[in-house]
Amino acid sequence: MNYPLDPYWVVALKALLVVIGLLTAFAFMTLIERRLLARFQIRLGPNRVGPSGLLQPVADAIKSIFKEDLVVEKADRVLFVLAPLIGVVFALLAFGAIPFGPPGSFFGYQPWVLNLDLGLLYLFAVSEMAIYGIFLAGWASGSKYSLLGSLRSSASLISYELGLGIALLAPVLLVGSLNLQDIVNWQKENGWLFLYAFPAFLVYAIAALAEAARTPFDLPEAEQELVGGYHTEYSSIKWALFQMTEYIHFITASALIPTLFLGGWTMPFLEVPYLWMFLKIAFFLFLFIWIRATWFRLRYDQLLRFGWGFLFPVALVWFLITALVVALGLPRSYLLYLSALSFLVLLAGLFYSPKPVRKGGGA
Amino acid sequence: MTLKALAQSLGITLKYLFSKPVTVPYPDAPVALKPRFHGRHVLTRHPNGLEKCIGCSLCAAACPAYAIYVEPAENDPENPVSAGERYAKVYEINMLRCIFCGLCEEACPTGAIVLGYDFEMADYQYSDLIYGKEDMLVDVMGTKPQRREAKMTGKAVKPGYVVPYVRPELEGFRAPTEGGKK
Repeated sequence: MNYPLDPYWVVALKALLVVIGLLTAFAFMTLIERRLLARFQIRLGPNRVGPSGLLQPVADAIKSIFKEDLVVEKADRVLFVLAPLIGVVFALLAFGAIPFGPPGSFFGYQPWVLNLDLGLLYLFAVSEMAIYGIFLAGWASGSKYSLLGSLRSSASLISYELGLGIALLAPVLLVGSLNLQDIVNWQKENGWLFLYAFPAFLVYAIAALAEAARTPFDLPEAEQELVGGYHTEYSSIKWALFQMTEYIHFITASALIPTLFLGGWTMPFLEVPYLWMFLKIAFFLFLFIWIRATWFRLRYDQLLRFGWGFLFPVALVWFLITALVVALGLPRSYLLYLSALSFLVLLAGLFYSPKPVRKGGGA
Repeated sequence: MTLKALAQSLGITLKYLFSKPVTVPYPDAPVALKPRFHGRHVLTRHPNGLEKCIGCSLCAAACPAYAIYVEPAENDPENPVSAGERYAKVYEINMLRCIFCGLCEEACPTGAIVLGYDFEMADYQYSDLIYGKEDMLVDVMGTKPQRREAKMTGKAVKPGYVVPYVRPELEGFRAPTEGGKK
């Protein structure tokens, strides 16, 4: 769909706003996450710097900027510096395509930076470039742990990318557009997409966790096994850039899930621009932190098996079902019923709990 | 590992999210000590105001760390300091050597030296860590650095602890108790 284009200076201003907003959000997410994790563990968390710890991000920033910036001898100097920058730049780029409200609601301008017909593909391309940041970091460090960590991250990111991408095909087929604005508008008219594609929604949410390298899938930074993963050799501001990349991916994932499956900025009742979008993002951020506070990290082979052996087939089957419904022109309500059925299957799985079977090898 | 177990574990952490943190924000909030905590020594007095210490040096003999120095002197019968023949003219404990084992308390025949509750004794100079009689008699509140700070700011000494009750051996020692009773 075509919307009036904003003047260039407005676009530039919005881009700047997104960057500043994301960086601020990153700074405060570190604090919020630490405080929340602490409360989950019946602790208080950092509360010393400023009122209830609110200035902690500032203190962290000052600390990480003034720490000694080491470059190890065996490192490839150019790539070593370039890797964290690549990571951050591509993480920041992804956010611009997400719509935050109805057209023209941003002081008469559009509440998004980019309105691309390729929306989703762009997001994919850009967020996948972040793998280069991780992989180059591991390679350029000239350290075994870094290389192992980066190999792990790249392998898991690429594996989960498949599930992620194919899970997205279902909504794309239904809407008939890759444009994020179109997807949100379609949901406004026809109901939220998770009703039509519950399995795809689940697969996407899980794979997004893995993409952001969040807890059940946070193998890149499995300290117990890999020291620091791909950023073992990084210190000071470069290390902070990696943290930034990670958190921005985390925030982007939390913004994309609602945009694609939970109606984006829309709400069936009481429509307030921005409010619902921010609430939905906050909900997913909280959910991911909650999961981090609760679940354990998967073993590497379990991670890959889960990605290839479960998420990928589920996404593929649902994609085929959706394709069948769309291609044969069957009523969309079929998908609603099937979604509800899959939800019931999930519920049944919740209540059916067999004794864990121990196979040889401690699986 | 089942879906049910995963869901249940989420419930458990959520329950903890809404429960009160167990952290004691120590300098802001007092630490809850047990009544028999071994802290800074207190030299107690009889109810009539005479010192219990008779300067016998048994505490110094019992001390495994050689932290106690006692110099006795004869009491003036007209104007006695302690209830016995002699009293401790000098009574010093080196807090850097003391291991707070409480053997001095066990050795004392008159119950004069009792381990109290103060523990915030960190200081800058060795000489300041030798506590004399004037730092340990019952009516003294707080440790040397605490009293120094109180003198500088003009505020009362604020101990960093609270006890459920003061044990009877610490006769006349005013420690902050739970519920605000002194």
